[in-house]
Amino acid sequence: MTVLEFTAIVAIVSFVAGLLGSLTGLGGGVVLVPLLTILFHVDIRYAIGASLVSVIATSSGAAAAYVKEGISNIRIGMFLEIATTAGALLGAFLATRIPTSALAIIFGAVLLYSAYLSRKPRPLDQRSLPPDPLATSLRLNGTFPDLEGQRSYNVQHVPTGFSLMFGAGALSGLLGIGSGAVKVLAMDQAMRIPFKVSTTTSNFMIGVTAAASAGVYLSRGYVDPGLAMPVMLGVLGGSLLGSRILVKAETKSLRLVFSLVILVLGLQMLYKGLWGRI
Amino acid sequence: MPATPAPARHPHPFQPQPWRDRRLEIILGNLLRTGVLLSAAVVLAGACVYLVRHAHEPANYRVFRGEPSDYRTIPGVIRSVMNGRGRGLIQLGLLLLIATPIARVAFSIAGFAIERDRLYVAFTLIVLAILLYSFLGSGMGG
Repeated sequence: MTVLEFTAIVAIVSFVAGLLGSLTGLGGGVVLVPLLTILFHVDIRYAIGASLVSVIATSSGAAAAYVKEGISNIRIGMFLEIATTAGALLGAFLATRIPTSALAIIFGAVLLYSAYLSRKPRPLDQRSLPPDPLATSLRLNGTFPDLEGQRSYNVQHVPTGFSLMFGAGALSGLLGIGSGAVKVLAMDQAMRIPFKVSTTTSNFMIGVTAAASAGVYLSRGYVDPGLAMPVMLGVLGGSLLGSRILVKAETKSLRLVFSLVILVLGLQMLYKGLWGRI
Repeated sequence: MPATPAPARHPHPFQPQPWRDRRLEIILGNLLRTGVLLSAAVVLAGACVYLVRHAHEPANYRVFRGEPSDYRTIPGVIRSVMNGRGRGLIQLGLLLLIATPIARVAFSIAGFAIERDRLYVAFTLIVLAILLYSFLGSGMGG
């Protein structure tokens, strides 16, 4: 394959991944690394470097649109970013030390978990939980606009959520993904942050988290300009288009298709990590 | 800034102040969007130079070699941009992209300082320190 053909095909695949990721809310980054390694035989380290860069692009590109809705909580975001950036730094250093077959196995497990999570109904927002003293002194509680006007919420289990977000950051730094799946565990299930607030807040956080490990990746020579260029431009274009069209009626079947794709890619990554060459 | 009555240090200790937070968020959101579009434009310009020169060479990413120092450090990237290299320009765009969320965190410090929220100024400084350590301390400074 020549450079021109490779660039064009990778840009198209990345565009589709970004579009589907944004339409389904599952994120495009998680399918990019397996697609690049399985379809294009790219070394997993180059693939992770390129994916990480595209994660920053989509997070920052979508932030302006999310902010207009006024539901993200910048205090929750900044507080948890202490955990995610520290985790991301650790993950990026680990990534340079563990064998690529282990990376593939961890990646496969995360993909399978994401596929499972995307088929599970989202947890019901708990109303009128009592204020938690730690969350209160950290000023994490807030309000957001709802159908019935302003709804207030009280954040729960701060230490558990903080520790889980450290893990989310470490996975992001290790695998070059946004780690949406772990975020659901930490923010929705442990901290009981309403779904709308946690989704927009975590989108804000993903770019900062990825930036913490991107420096390490770049300085270690994992970010190849010839590969990162079509990936970043493709994913950014696809996700921006996705946030514009957002056809609500179609997302249900689209979600099913996309989670099947994630499932298949997860099995492939596990297989490659355990028995194949990567 | 409209004249507001001098606020108590934390008029609503259990609630963030929604109006100020929102205005801050909108400024930060626009900062992020501008940074991304700027970096995408630089990457695109670099892509044109790179593709015109190397379109017909074989593409091979099967074997990991690691990038040369021209694409790994800030001085190296600037040097290769000066030499008119397309890939140097792409790396410069990616550096801008990584710097965008870091700038957002730096601006948040000012936002929290205006709100006299010392706790969150401290939290934000911690995040900024981790980011700067990664960006400059991991060998990228050259």
